[in-house]
Amino acid sequence: MAARPDEGTAPWLDPKAQPYIRIENVTKKFGEFVAVDDVTLNVYRGEIFCLLGGSGCGKTTLLRMLAGFERPTSGRIFIDGVPMEGVPPYERPVNMMFQSYALFPHMTVEQNVAFGLKQEKLPRDEIRDRVAEMLSIVKLNGLEKRKPHQLSGGQRQRVALARSLVKRPKLLLLDEPLGALDKKLREHTQFELVNIQERLGVTFIVVTHDQEEAMTLASRIGVMNQGSIVQVGTPHDIYEFPNSRFVAEFIGNVNMFEGRIVEDEPDHVTIDSPDLGGVIYVGHGVSTAPDAIVWAAIRPEKMVLSREQPPGEYNRASGIIKEIAYMGDLSIYIVQLDSGRRVRVTKPNTYRHAENELTWDERVWVSWDESSSVVVTE
Amino acid sequence: MNRNRSVFLLSALVFGFAFLYVPIISMIVFSFNESKLVTVWGGFSVKWYGELFHNRRMLEAAWLSVRIAAVSATCAVIIGTMAGFALARFGHFRTRTLFSGMVTAPLVMPEVITGLSLLLLFVALAPLPFIPDTRGFSTITIAHITLTMSYVAVIVQSRLSSMDDSLEEAALDLGARPWKVFMVITLPIIAPAMISGWLLAFTLSLDDLVIASFTAGPSTNTLPMMIFSTVRRGITPEINALATIMVGIVTIFVITAGVLMARQERRRQLETRGAGR
Repeated sequence: MAARPDEGTAPWLDPKAQPYIRIENVTKKFGEFVAVDDVTLNVYRGEIFCLLGGSGCGKTTLLRMLAGFERPTSGRIFIDGVPMEGVPPYERPVNMMFQSYALFPHMTVEQNVAFGLKQEKLPRDEIRDRVAEMLSIVKLNGLEKRKPHQLSGGQRQRVALARSLVKRPKLLLLDEPLGALDKKLREHTQFELVNIQERLGVTFIVVTHDQEEAMTLASRIGVMNQGSIVQVGTPHDIYEFPNSRFVAEFIGNVNMFEGRIVEDEPDHVTIDSPDLGGVIYVGHGVSTAPDAIVWAAIRPEKMVLSREQPPGEYNRASGIIKEIAYMGDLSIYIVQLDSGRRVRVTKPNTYRHAENELTWDERVWVSWDESSSVVVTE
Repeated sequence: MNRNRSVFLLSALVFGFAFLYVPIISMIVFSFNESKLVTVWGGFSVKWYGELFHNRRMLEAAWLSVRIAAVSATCAVIIGTMAGFALARFGHFRTRTLFSGMVTAPLVMPEVITGLSLLLLFVALAPLPFIPDTRGFSTITIAHITLTMSYVAVIVQSRLSSMDDSLEEAALDLGARPWKVFMVITLPIIAPAMISGWLLAFTLSLDDLVIASFTAGPSTNTLPMMIFSTVRRGITPEINALATIMVGIVTIFVITAGVLMARQERRRQLETRGAGR
């Protein structure tokens, strides 16, 4: 699970906290193409920070600039207060775990893990002890003499992790660390990764395109799109309070209704939405111009289905159930509203035998609480 | 399986292989011929092999050929590896395809042309310092480097381009300097490709008649040149024996190179397949 929010583990809320890694107005261009566009970001000591975005959003380029494989076109990077300008990869207090793991095929597990320590010219005894310690942390004892091609995918992943952690870097960069593993192993490894991180206290920056992975691992997530960071926040913030349509749609599923602001009060707004075929009431103020076009985003699990018309006059619409997908732990209902819009509603399967279940082609009401929707303007 | 098809396939196979190997096999068989007449079987004997080893001129020519092959193969591996490395790692530039085409073009260049152009170059440059002024060992060696380095470059380049770039980055990331990365990561990984390149270059050089004839001096004779000139005065069982030995050497080298490359390829597949497990 993600780092436990103990007291004082939210340094980003503390204005006096010093960022451990500071990325300052970093831009990277490849010819005309802007891969990373003026990114400023602070990461604090001991965090697991996830850079989340689709392919080509610049997250890997940003990671490679931290490792020193790419030079920023402009802007600066500080690690523990030291500017990284002109510092080559082999002199940075940073290690990286590659997406392909990049294990040296001609070396054994032990030699792979010891490689980084040998470059530091440490005494042989110390190298042996530290390698053994690290291999026991990642539970690879007994496989020391194997070559990478004799290992399973999960074992290779752990060799790669051990190799990048054994030098005790100030910062560990992980490029899609679980991308090559199958689903069961992934979940297991996610928890293990967090445990190891907590135990060693190394700061992690993880690049991933998988929002589930980001949600489970991260203390904070930075969502990237087209080279820029669009939102930074805890997984909870990002999911519950997305600041744009892009973030809302990228993380999880969402029903989005376009509408026009009718009433704009400090404690609530109402939105007339032909998309929904009704009026949306939002229980908090939104700072926007009157008559502006906005979108109300409601997560599928926050919507309720009922046969009877819900009370009140807002946040509801009737429609017909078009599709039901039974997923085991929950069911997904696709409801076609009278406005023509299809919405997605999920319902946990709390009981094994539910009587009088909603079924296909039934007319139902979809409704949600006034605190459940988020209004985004772009 | 369809019986007609299998008969057809079988006869095609037999015919094809017969076409390829009957000449060589008949030569090997007749090298063990007791009779001095090449076309008449007079019983089994290895006496021509014995006689071969008492022919001083043959032995000298063979020793020269082996030396040329070893030196030129070694140089071709060094230069070819550098060329292959540059092609695989230079990244993209406008005329890249042209350049990689130019490295491989000598593979299909008529040997007569290569030989002639090298001869003209050696003659023209002879008065300059550091250029051999008499043609012989050194000129043939240089010519053979020209002939064989393309093969090495192609083999090394293909190995490098199938190698995961992040291996080198990982080594850099773990604190190794670029030169060290090359020595302890890149070289060991491409070493099998370099060895098979060396073996191919060696056999190519050992076989070559045309380019050697152009670039050799009047008193230099490599083994193929010697065989060719001897045969013009009539085929002897001795030549059959010599040729059989050469076939043996070349076969061993080519098979070794092939096995090395196949093993490398299999391991690479294991690596990439295993990553998905």
